[in-house]
Amino acid sequence: MIEHLVPILVGTLGAATPLVLAGLGELVTEKSGVLNLGVEGMMLIGAVAGFACAVETGGGAGAGLIAGGIAGMVASLLFAVLVLSLAANQAAAGLALTIFGIGLSAFIGQGYVSFSLPGLKPWAIPGLSAIPVIGPIFFRQDFVVYLSFALFGLVWWVLARTRLGLLLRAVGESPESAHAIGFPVLAIRYGAVLFGGAMAGIAGAYLSCVYTPLWVQNMTAGRGWIAVALVVFATWKPLRLLLGAWLFGGVTILQLHAQGLGIAVPSQLLSALPYAATVVVLVLISRDRKLLQLNLPASLGKPFLPGS
Amino acid sequence: MLEPRPNPSRKMRLASPLIAIALTLFVGSILFIALHKSPLEAFHVFFIEPLSTANGWSELAIKAGPLILIAQGLAIGFRARIFNIGAEGQLIMGAICGGGIAIWLDGVDSAWVLPLMVLAGAIGGGLWGALPAWLKTRFNAEETLTTLMLSYVASFLLSWLVSSPWRDPGGMNFPQSVMFGDAALFSMLFEGMRVNTSIFIVIAAVLLFWVFVTKSFLAYQLTVGGQAPQAARYAGFSSRRTVWVSLVVSGVTAGLAGVGEVAGPIGQLNLNISPGYGYAAIIVAWIGRLHPLGIVLSGLLMALIYLGGEAAQVTLQLPAAITGLFQGMLLFFLLGCDVFIDYRLRRRKRKPRPVPSSGPETISAPATIMVPEPVGLPEPTAAPLRTASIQGERA
Amino acid sequence: MTTPPQPYNTSGEPRLKLLNITKRYPSVVANDGVSLTVQPGSIHAVLGENGAGKSTLMKIIYGSVQADAGEIMWNGRQVSIANPAAARALGIGMVFQHFSLFETLTVVENIALALGGDFDLAALAERVRSVSERYGLPLDPQRLVHSLSVGERQRVEIVRCLLQNPQLLILDEPTSVLTPQAVKKLFETLRQLASEGVSILYISHKLDEIRALCDHATVMRGGRVTGETDPRAETSASLARMMIGRELPVCHAPVYHGDSAPVLAITGLSLEAEDAFGTRLSDISLTVHRGEVVGIAGISGNGQAELLAALSGERTSHKQAVLIADTPVGHLDAGKRRDLGLVFVPEERLGRGAVPAMTLADNALLTAHREGLVSKGLRRFDAARDFARRCIERFDVRCGGEGAAARSLSGGNLQKFIVGREIMLSPKVMVVAQPTWGVDVGASAFLRQTLLDLSRSGVGVLVISEELEELFEICDRIAVLAGGRLSEAVPRHTTDAEAIGLKMAGLFGDGAHTPEVAHA
Repeated sequence: MIEHLVPILVGTLGAATPLVLAGLGELVTEKSGVLNLGVEGMMLIGAVAGFACAVETGGGAGAGLIAGGIAGMVASLLFAVLVLSLAANQAAAGLALTIFGIGLSAFIGQGYVSFSLPGLKPWAIPGLSAIPVIGPIFFRQDFVVYLSFALFGLVWWVLARTRLGLLLRAVGESPESAHAIGFPVLAIRYGAVLFGGAMAGIAGAYLSCVYTPLWVQNMTAGRGWIAVALVVFATWKPLRLLLGAWLFGGVTILQLHAQGLGIAVPSQLLSALPYAATVVVLVLISRDRKLLQLNLPASLGKPFLPGS
Repeated sequence: MLEPRPNPSRKMRLASPLIAIALTLFVGSILFIALHKSPLEAFHVFFIEPLSTANGWSELAIKAGPLILIAQGLAIGFRARIFNIGAEGQLIMGAICGGGIAIWLDGVDSAWVLPLMVLAGAIGGGLWGALPAWLKTRFNAEETLTTLMLSYVASFLLSWLVSSPWRDPGGMNFPQSVMFGDAALFSMLFEGMRVNTSIFIVIAAVLLFWVFVTKSFLAYQLTVGGQAPQAARYAGFSSRRTVWVSLVVSGVTAGLAGVGEVAGPIGQLNLNISPGYGYAAIIVAWIGRLHPLGIVLSGLLMALIYLGGEAAQVTLQLPAAITGLFQGMLLFFLLGCDVFIDYRLRRRKRKPRPVPSSGPETISAPATIMVPEPVGLPEPTAAPLRTASIQGERA
Repeated sequence: MTTPPQPYNTSGEPRLKLLNITKRYPSVVANDGVSLTVQPGSIHAVLGENGAGKSTLMKIIYGSVQADAGEIMWNGRQVSIANPAAARALGIGMVFQHFSLFETLTVVENIALALGGDFDLAALAERVRSVSERYGLPLDPQRLVHSLSVGERQRVEIVRCLLQNPQLLILDEPTSVLTPQAVKKLFETLRQLASEGVSILYISHKLDEIRALCDHATVMRGGRVTGETDPRAETSASLARMMIGRELPVCHAPVYHGDSAPVLAITGLSLEAEDAFGTRLSDISLTVHRGEVVGIAGISGNGQAELLAALSGERTSHKQAVLIADTPVGHLDAGKRRDLGLVFVPEERLGRGAVPAMTLADNALLTAHREGLVSKGLRRFDAARDFARRCIERFDVRCGGEGAAARSLSGGNLQKFIVGREIMLSPKVMVVAQPTWGVDVGASAFLRQTLLDLSRSGVGVLVISEELEELFEICDRIAVLAGGRLSEAVPRHTTDAEAIGLKMAGLFGDGAHTPEVAHA
């Protein structure tokens, strides 16, 4: 049984990585009080930009990831201007970003449908990867997975232990109070949104340059939305987000191994599993209103204009 | 520097979609130039050519119908800030239920088949809207994410059905159902054109929604619930009813649109029953200012963009995705312009620090002078009760 | 480690001197040529009613707002204060009226945010402890702010300022959230600071307090300085005259002789807090009779919001817990309670009492729909407009007509509209929360008189307010809400501010234990 399980778990981490990256980005954004529903769009933009760059420059996954990150950041800048400087409706703007991202990525991606990229080989960490069971799962992955671990650590540390993290949480709770004390609320929110954009872009580029190194229209298949749901499920705590992403990665991988495990459910219905699971976890976490209220950034989704 | 308007600007409410359209056309021109196409020629292909034949108008009606229908239902919810973005899934469920009846009654030639399909479609879509409504009222789960997730589930369900149990045995293994018989199809209105009798459902719906939105007290309650949920509670308007009505009504209209498609131009169940109508309808609702008649206009516009996109593919070899690109741009610009309904630009001579509101600031009129204008700074919204919601304020 | 601040200059220069400060906004001139001089070690009052321009002036001093014209001199040198950080660097500290604290963070984290320098929470916690002890404002640095009472939160604000060794401390309406006893303690702290050379700017409209505490007062009205005086030599009446230019309006009403018919009976009302930060109500009982005005005093955070929600119907409770003229309504929502004759004016005007972007005619529909504004599920637009017009006329609402958006009205006028709308529903009982919060003196007097007239016409009125003077002015009986419990309602003439203050601390004198009273 373990022999079956280990490859599943190895694959889980790879499948979870885009969720971890995009989820961490959205977590930071929401901590500052901004709801960005455009994650799916930003991921797609990052995916197509990364793929196109990797193909055009021959630079491989590395170049693709950087290009994806930048593209995601630029896309999020559009959103940021709309909701921060112009105080537009955040939910609608996020949706607009998603629709725009889907359209733009399909548009640009049409010329790249027949290409493929070499992908990335896993990087075994000497010593650690030899530990039975845990070794191959955690320490024999491609470097983007390691990057996701590092970014998780960084986000957790900044939020919990630094002045910047404190500031971010303060702005997310009460931008009015933060402003009264004299903090640059909009600048902080811009930073958080752009960080989220970069992360979503990298997540998308990972999908198109490493995970399945080709371009397919709409290839994120709703992962951006699952990432948003994961942030709620994690009650805005990075560790829970990481675990939740791993859980979803596992569910995704399960479909592929279902035959091997002897599960006789039609493949389409298995494909629906991650989405149905998302609904279930949302329900589970939303039931406890008090828990939600204690952890929810209180100003989430509300427009803030200094001077209004 | 943005400054709140005391009264929302009616002029901007009407002008905003027009300005947004103009901006989209402008950016579109730049795009065409970058693609080495003449903007004028491209716009001609996009907007004029599709309407140059009677058949073109028929195609317009076919595309506008479902868009308008779905958007009417969505608009009710959006007024109440219930963000149903899973209309695509509700459309699919409506198609599945209606199509299921057609497949079940295949060969039966009765005048009741079609009405039964329509009813099934409405119920199917309605149930797919009722599920997130239940999840929200019972478990406090936000409808934005649940409706979207259920959309994916619905599309996988459809995929399974047309690949396996409902697959046409004589269909060469393609994932599609049998073609529906005449009794299970809407009849064409004119010889040689695809526009069909389902258009009457759309017209009836528009009239119904127009009366409902402009005159009914329930619509007022929904609007209050959307703009000021605490005020709705204060007035005794049931928030549960708001959620249920919004999601079920939009589910029903989406389901009807779904049946309209499979019992109309498509004539069967397959993997391509909708080019994203459920999502495009969101934009249609917004551009139409959530008003039943405005939605008719914006639905026609959006349908034209679809048709234009198809024509541009053929005539100008532009990629099909150009439609989605325009739709996204339009929504972006619209949101930007909408800001100016409630705010205006003010130029300052010096660059002052903005004023944080640390309390109400009202200037009292000298007691003996009657002032005809509202006196003093409009007051800031009072310290809110701590009612948390993931989505908070909406425009 | 903190050393008490030394008087900065011995040259005899004033600590702060404002010369001809002017600030204009689109619709109003907030400050018009204001000049002010504050000496070291002086407790200087800035006196004026709501909207006189005091808050704007303080924001200019604190750097949140830039003046359009005028000069600021600090210890004899001209300075320009670009933002709050610059003000803090100069030595100016401000305790806001509405606290700028973050509830999900601890005390020490809140303070760390405002202070610059090294991010060492442990060392800061020590400093917080020692400074707060020294000035009689004890605080536990590790507590989360949301678990603190309002008075304790104010201590955090003050300690935050003190840790920066201010030479000037600005306090904006500090006592509205304190019991009378806590006010005394605060005054001791302020006097201690003043004796160490710190200047204090004390913004208030409470005349008795200013006379007890301050050695100098600048009076503002309509954005201008209308007087300078030593408050210790003035009477409340003379200060009031300087403040509003005429005599303080007084409410008149026939004496209430007692009527045994109860219109609102609350019996054993207990309710869990809905909110993670809320207060639990325990066993609340009160009866309001026809023609009577009953007041509930109490500092915010002691269950007022929960009680109001339970009375209005925004939250339901046990059926028999609330009765309107003998009919059980505890399980009914707000709409059904209105049908039975209970109307409610909430504390929040925009967003709860009225929908900000809607017109006054549409806002009339909010609760007055039962007055013939809806027929067979369809709206009657003319009837709504007519209703709104009548309300505007009868209650002297200054606005741009019934088509004006609610948010375009000033606080006082919107309050008049909302109160008027509810009165026009011909209620049996009216519950009002903070009737004159943020309302100018003229409208306040009008509103209080309106409530009195309403009660004498046979309606039972229940007023929940944090302003003791207001309750003493219009109520026949007064009860106190503390820690979710309600004291017995006693006739006004048998009690005073001291006694109310004790009850606010949870000491009802009935031997019962009051859980966690939220007080200073």
